[in-house]
Amino acid sequence: MFESKAGILWIGGIGFFALAFLSNALVPVLMYRDLPEQTAEEVVNARVMYQFEDLSRRYPEAFQAAFGEPTEEKCAEALRLGRQVYIGEGCWHCHSQFVRPVSNESRRFGDVAKTEEFQNELQRPVMFGTRRVGPDLSREGGRRGNDWHVVHFFEPKSVSDGSPMPNYPWLFDGDPEKPNRRGIALITYVQWLGSWLPSYPYYEEIEADRE
Amino acid sequence: MSSSAPSAAIPAEIPRHEDLVNERLVAWYFIASLVFLGTSMLAGLHMALQLVHWNPCPDAELLSPGRWRMVHTNAVAYGFLANAFLGMLHWTVPRLTLRPVASSALSYFIFGAWQFVVLSTAAGILIGPSLQDAPWVMELAAKYNISMSLGAQGIEWGETPVWIDPIAQVGLLLVAINFMVPISRARGPMYVTLWYFMAMFVWTFLVYAMGNFMSEYWVGGTSGGAVGGLFIHDLVGLFVTPLGWGMMYYFVPILLQKPIWSHGLSLVGFWGLAFFYPLNGIHHFLYTPIPMFLQYGAVIATIAVEFVVTTVIINFIGTVWGQGKSVYRSLPLRWFYTGMIFYFLTCLQCALQVTLTFQKLIHFTDWVVGHAHLVMFGVFSLWLFGVMTYLFPRLIGRDWWSPQLCEWHYWLSTAGVLVMAFDLTLAGIFQGYYWASLQMWDVSVDGSMPFWITRVFAGLAMLGGFVCFVWNLVMTYRTAPAKGAVAAV
Repeated sequence: MFESKAGILWIGGIGFFALAFLSNALVPVLMYRDLPEQTAEEVVNARVMYQFEDLSRRYPEAFQAAFGEPTEEKCAEALRLGRQVYIGEGCWHCHSQFVRPVSNESRRFGDVAKTEEFQNELQRPVMFGTRRVGPDLSREGGRRGNDWHVVHFFEPKSVSDGSPMPNYPWLFDGDPEKPNRRGIALITYVQWLGSWLPSYPYYEEIEADRE
Repeated sequence: MSSSAPSAAIPAEIPRHEDLVNERLVAWYFIASLVFLGTSMLAGLHMALQLVHWNPCPDAELLSPGRWRMVHTNAVAYGFLANAFLGMLHWTVPRLTLRPVASSALSYFIFGAWQFVVLSTAAGILIGPSLQDAPWVMELAAKYNISMSLGAQGIEWGETPVWIDPIAQVGLLLVAINFMVPISRARGPMYVTLWYFMAMFVWTFLVYAMGNFMSEYWVGGTSGGAVGGLFIHDLVGLFVTPLGWGMMYYFVPILLQKPIWSHGLSLVGFWGLAFFYPLNGIHHFLYTPIPMFLQYGAVIATIAVEFVVTTVIINFIGTVWGQGKSVYRSLPLRWFYTGMIFYFLTCLQCALQVTLTFQKLIHFTDWVVGHAHLVMFGVFSLWLFGVMTYLFPRLIGRDWWSPQLCEWHYWLSTAGVLVMAFDLTLAGIFQGYYWASLQMWDVSVDGSMPFWITRVFAGLAMLGGFVCFVWNLVMTYRTAPAKGAVAAV
């Protein structure tokens, strides 16, 4: 059995794979089946709308060209596109999106990650991340203004001294004051992260202490 | 090959090597793999330069380090490793089964299709994001009511854009058919190598489908994370690892001209891997909202794997016992055994880093990056370099132009990856302590700088070794063929 073709194919190839799949993938799926996946429209909230409208006021021409009016439908569209930009540009390879209950992470970033936060369309595939060259972003929404974000995406070093983050000038039409459709979408997406929490976390009290 | 085919299984007349192995195809696969390895190394270098503020072209969209970082990993997994392994399979499977692959035409088709998959993956990752808001793309999306990502897919090691996944999936099926036909026709007991390869054909197909389709279309959120973890891990454990070890079980006894030390340990190694490896996936996401009991299960299964690995290493040390000098003299054997030492180290590291105690400190740090390089380059790439060093003279019918350059390839690669792995592991410990002690974020970046600079030079050494190898290969090809072509053992 252990050296026969049938044994290797059925027990090793299919059997053991199925066992691992059942225990490691299907169990969490079944455990969370009562948490239905929300759509992008359903996760638009007042806070991200505030940021979306703020973008439309700050950069009226660019916003008009990209999304027209700042409606909730347009915000959901921006979130979808923003997430695709986040993936396509590889943001998720240097920024994580979950706060662990260890290593003082909740003091630095805010509330520890909970399952409910990830049960939506924008977390399929989930953006847990793999490496933190830059900080966790799951509580980034509202932490900084849109004016900071445009300058930062255009040239990170100009507002964050010594940052190894690359420039993203192609998210703009030649000037930080002119974010294009992808740029507005990405900023909306980043401002959405953590906006669903009951209150904005008390950000980096250590940073405040030092300043 | 003495242990592979007992006399009962050998047909009346052993087929000639030329009728079994399509040597030209093996060579093509190896050359394609080297092209992608070079691409991947340059991509890695580009990302490394970005981190130390030496990016030569910071404002070029198509040269964005974020996109090239994904080309780096994908070109290694699907361009270098997959191509090199396919070449190796075209050599070993027909020789072990004494039957050619199912269809030579299919082989050529798969070769072309696979290069298409790898090239379009790179093109999708590099150009896709730029097209995301192009008017014609938006028009198409609105017309067919689809919202499709043209660039990378958000799955680690599965960044292959979603529109390429079905092609790759069919390709994997064809690969399995092409090699399973000779294996299923072979009679008598199967050699260890074929156990690994057979299981791998099933696993890789299932793993690719699970990772690329399930977590994209059906399962999101936390449970999607569990599936993603399984995918990342199985890709290493059920695709690369069985191919690597199957290859070692074939080439090491041939070069030493003696059978593997213990058949019993071979059995333990294979079945231990088959049982425990797939259970490890969730260890990539410890301290996430994935249920804690599943995380514990993955930790325990991972530590079990390290015991299995130890039995395999013991088996190979037992095989070479008493012939230690041959490891020094024969360059292919030296590549193999160096890779095995790295394999043991990386697995030892794994048994430690998988514990919750270590995870607290090193998760998300460069420790993990160092570990990945030690596995992918230090083990599997080294093994493949060994196989290529051994096979290229046989494939192109002449001896290496410069054995000296072969040595340079070995020493630069080995020293480079050793320095890189040690450097990044240490960097990870520093980063972990900076973060946990609530230093300003910039402190962790500034503190990483010496390690990142060291990493650039370690990478350059590896790249230098690669250049030596390619240069040597080109010069070998340009010399006149040896009178008596190098015989295949």
